[in-house]
Amino acid sequence: MQMEKEITVTINGEAKKAKVEPRLLLVHLIREDFNMTGTHIGCDTTHCGACTVLLDGKSVKSCTILAIQADGKKVSTVEGLLNADGTLAAIQEAFKENHALHCGFCTPGMMMRATELLQKNPNPSEDEIRWGISGNLCRCTGYNNIVKAIQYASAKIRGEALPSTEPIFV
Amino acid sequence: MIPAAFDYAAPATLNEALALLKKHGDEAKVLAGGHSLIPMMKLRFASPGYLVDINNIPGLSYIKEEGGFLKVGALTREVMLEDSEMIHTKYPIFIDASKLIADAQVRNMGTIGGNIAHGDAANDHPAVMLALRAEVVITGEGGARTVPIDEFFFGFYSTAVQPGEILTEIKIPIPAKGSGGAYHKLERKVGDYATAGVAVQLTIDKGTCTYIGIGLTNVNAIPLRAKRAEDVLKGNKITDALIEQAAQFAAEDCSPSTDLRGDIEYKKALVKVLVKRMIHKAMDRVK
Amino acid sequence: MIQECKTSKAISGMGHSMKRKEDGRFIQGKGNYIDDIKLDGMLYMDIHRSPYAYAKIKKINIDKAMKVPGVVAVITGKDLEKYNLHWMPTLMSDTQMVLPTDTVMYQAQEVAAVIATSRYAAADGVEAVEVEYEVMKPVMDPYKATLPGAPVLRSDKKGKTDNKIWHWEVGDKKKTDKLFETAEVTVKEEIYVPRIHVASIETCGCVADYHKVNNHLTMYMTTQAPHAIRTVIALVAGHVGLTEEKIRVISPDIGGGFGGKVPVYPGYVIAIAVSFLVGKPVKWIEDRSENLQADSFARDYHITAEMAGTKAGKIQGIRFKVLADHGYTDASANPSKFPAGMFSICTGSYDYDTAFVEADAVYTNKPPGGVAYRCSFRVTEAVQGIERITDRFAQTIGMDPAAFRFNNFIKKDQFPWKSPTGWSYDSGDYELALKKAMDVIDYAGLRKEQAEKRKKGEIMGIGICSFTEVVGAGPSKDFDILGIKMFDSAEIRVHPTGKAIARFGTKSQGQGHETTYAQIIAEELGIPAENIQIEEGDTDTAPYGLGTYASRSTPTAGAAAAVAARKLRDKARKIAAYLLEVSEEDLEWEPGVFFVKGAPEKKKTIQELVFAAYTNHPQGMEAGFEATHYYDPPNLTFPFGSYICVVDIDKETCEIKVRRFVAIDDCGNIINPMIVQGQVHGGLTQGIAPAMFEELIYDEDGNILNGTFMDYLVPTAVESPSWETGHTITPSPHHPIGAKGVGESPTVGAPPAIANAICDALLPYGITNIDIPITPYKVWKALKEKGVVKAI
Repeated sequence: MQMEKEITVTINGEAKKAKVEPRLLLVHLIREDFNMTGTHIGCDTTHCGACTVLLDGKSVKSCTILAIQADGKKVSTVEGLLNADGTLAAIQEAFKENHALHCGFCTPGMMMRATELLQKNPNPSEDEIRWGISGNLCRCTGYNNIVKAIQYASAKIRGEALPSTEPIFV
Repeated sequence: MIPAAFDYAAPATLNEALALLKKHGDEAKVLAGGHSLIPMMKLRFASPGYLVDINNIPGLSYIKEEGGFLKVGALTREVMLEDSEMIHTKYPIFIDASKLIADAQVRNMGTIGGNIAHGDAANDHPAVMLALRAEVVITGEGGARTVPIDEFFFGFYSTAVQPGEILTEIKIPIPAKGSGGAYHKLERKVGDYATAGVAVQLTIDKGTCTYIGIGLTNVNAIPLRAKRAEDVLKGNKITDALIEQAAQFAAEDCSPSTDLRGDIEYKKALVKVLVKRMIHKAMDRVK
Repeated sequence: MIQECKTSKAISGMGHSMKRKEDGRFIQGKGNYIDDIKLDGMLYMDIHRSPYAYAKIKKINIDKAMKVPGVVAVITGKDLEKYNLHWMPTLMSDTQMVLPTDTVMYQAQEVAAVIATSRYAAADGVEAVEVEYEVMKPVMDPYKATLPGAPVLRSDKKGKTDNKIWHWEVGDKKKTDKLFETAEVTVKEEIYVPRIHVASIETCGCVADYHKVNNHLTMYMTTQAPHAIRTVIALVAGHVGLTEEKIRVISPDIGGGFGGKVPVYPGYVIAIAVSFLVGKPVKWIEDRSENLQADSFARDYHITAEMAGTKAGKIQGIRFKVLADHGYTDASANPSKFPAGMFSICTGSYDYDTAFVEADAVYTNKPPGGVAYRCSFRVTEAVQGIERITDRFAQTIGMDPAAFRFNNFIKKDQFPWKSPTGWSYDSGDYELALKKAMDVIDYAGLRKEQAEKRKKGEIMGIGICSFTEVVGAGPSKDFDILGIKMFDSAEIRVHPTGKAIARFGTKSQGQGHETTYAQIIAEELGIPAENIQIEEGDTDTAPYGLGTYASRSTPTAGAAAAVAARKLRDKARKIAAYLLEVSEEDLEWEPGVFFVKGAPEKKKTIQELVFAAYTNHPQGMEAGFEATHYYDPPNLTFPFGSYICVVDIDKETCEIKVRRFVAIDDCGNIINPMIVQGQVHGGLTQGIAPAMFEELIYDEDGNILNGTFMDYLVPTAVESPSWETGHTITPSPHHPIGAKGVGESPTVGAPPAIANAICDALLPYGITNIDIPITPYKVWKALKEKGVVKAI
């Protein structure tokens, strides 16, 4: 066991202290030390994106970052997505309304990734969305409705008319 | 998957970092973006005893044109290239490469310096840097030295960066007027390492190719510059016949290995196709 | 609207695209998955695994591991042997090591379990376990496993002299052989359906929590079949006092199952044993490499497919022979009577009366499994065989594959249709589905475009798959797992205020049961689906059932919900007659209300009637408003569909682009169109996955070559095309709500459609078959062999 070091991480707006081994992964700090279990672990090799959180506003894979690297930084997780008034954030509403989740396991990471995607590119094309979420694997939905949800959230954030959420059949 | 235990420091200055690296010798590893190193540590393919985190050192992250060079600080994240207006308009070859590196989250952390310093022929920037004839600035306790990219890669995960040194900057000679460049790799799925990748940078002056750089990804033990292919084009008017010849030489001169991505003859065939396509694309981009 | 709705949106019975009730917790990060469970004093388990595929264990040294700070125990096979817990039965009544005492049989097999006070210490302990092996040459090729002189892998079985597990056959061999001797046209193709892995994004894991004082085990685990698992645990551990009433299995939210969370893995059993021995909760969570390398695989069927017919384009019969590689033990999860699952659905959607199908299963030094990958009991393998050979036949006689299918479809009026392998197809309209798919995609236009492209040397292909599935296992006369009949159950309790809770023996892993079951009950009782709480996954509260896999939830538990609700409606009618002082026959039902015929103002709502059941019920009637039903299906259901795929192939790099993919499904009546479509989308992506990307690959020394997501290529949003989906509706005649199940149809139908499209594209070059996954590399090699592309 190496020397533990004290770090301070502002998570979803709240500064929290923790004593950590240098090797502690950020995802374990969030899940085990801070008891926020919405951020998930799906692989070992930085491929699945289930652990995606925002680190100082940028989407990152928290399984490939040391907790100690987040010292003094801001971390946002799915637990902090709700609007200040307690209503669903646009991306949360979009995922629910468009059936963009089945088992829900990839969903927090997917929404956190989409959050940054829309901040940088408020009106992405389908192609930009698909490439933009290529670091997040979903095994259930086939991605169609995730794309649709991100388009819906985009419209909502931009204050445009919301696209229909009814399923479209050929 | 949990890394083995190690000790850690995040120095605030380059000098402190260099001192720590010297002190801990072979045990120490530099932590930049960490997206090559940490996965290897989680799989316990690497178990360094000491990590020197250079992320808190100011002044290592920048993209600027200065003194005839495009200078990229080693800690510059991939995403900064993608977001740079200057890179989009003047160096689209980087945009080609960036889009194909892993995924957006990884590019938010991964650094240009790390991509090169890892010494992995499967990474994408080495080929681009070879095509651009970049120079690598390496800083040690005795100061900085500059190594041409052609002399940078030694072997598997082995580069000119010596123990106790840190790669601090990449300098790319600003291409002359009439230049263009392009990069593409074939991958099994998005974010994969290349089955084969090709970077081409060229300059056309009054119809003649006055500069040509061709770098290859993941088809050789170390990142490979296709010199014989370049020689075919340099000083000549680029014709389809010469492109064909250059592509043939590039394919002949690389030494890919057989793996799940394909066998040797397939990868060589891809190199040939990609060299042709990237020369055409680079020529299209010549303004 | 795709499905007619009989209820208002406020009630949201069948046909409404009701937004999912379960989503609220998932989108707020409040799901409760296995790794989210944290108990006081909980220990962590991690597993040391074999680097070799076949080796004798000479020595296990745990000394260094025991010295790792935080490590409290290291458990080996010898430790479990003391309690006779080192072996366990599989769901196919084969046997499997929990931990080995002397030999390892596949790479990544569990060798020792390290128990520690933290996840990190356990991982360190695993690194410190030292094992000496005597390495042996593994048997990796199932064909070689059958050769005389092959090492007998299961020498632990008394009297075993070869590597055969079972032989199974169905159909008329004599008649079929005769047909193949005399038929005008016969075609034959070797088709390999490769070993793949479900790779749900959540891996498997558990928390075993044994309380010594009460002699009671609570087992939280990622299982699709909690009740069956409870029974299996009781069978394994009953002799140490853990009998079935002392065991509670809780399956919390599951992050994707797809069949991979049906089997009992050694890790679960070890965790139980450790918790039993140390009296503390023990958590075990696999990492991705362990999941891919050791957990249950799917497929791995080597099929020799043959079809006989006429030059004019009439199919007369098929002959299929299968070699099934089961790895080290038969740990699949097929019904007992069907060791090859429902593979005999391989006669497909076509009208002929001659078939012979046989399969042999063998042991190799690969991980055990053979459960599904979003597929009902080997239906995917069957459909890959029939739909590929159907295309081959059409190509051989020079007939368009669509025309050939129309020529041979079982017609709408031939249902129920008796297949030559013994199934009774309940319903279908195959022509309609294919016609619709062709119209949507403009099949004629595509063929024209293809002809023009071929003149220019461009490579484009169109592939069709018209599949018939068989799901909803199953009728108790034929279907059981470990002897337990494959019924499923529903229990509905309606509270005095008219709100309900319903519990089921199934277990959703993302299918949306909390919504769809509520809609079925809403349809039958008129209670708003919003007011019906659905619970699954706790064996202490839910009625017994066989779980969710093989697209069986709607056909079995969904049916049980409808029947239980109808029992309640009958009770409500009695109460209404009593309250309205009329006879039951004078009452009419419309969703949520009984009213008097001819006097609709005289009525009682379901809420009033339920309240009366607690407050003012007729004398002699049992109080309360509850019903349970165990549904034993009279037949299986036979969803079907027609899929068409268009691909473009780069002639130099051989990159394959799926340009369009149209899927027309028929799953009978639709409960929730939005959810059904979501299931189809997801299944299609899990169809393109094995068609173009995924395969577990081993070298001849038994090493897995792609045991992480770096090389096991799960498609992203970029590889997955924008799916176009639609439906025809042919209700199941025997199912209470006319539904059939849909979760797996797209996984079954997509791979042959894609393979047929690629092979169609390559036909002008004389290429007739490439096994899935069809990669650019494989296409390049095939084209090189034909001289179309050249090495440098």
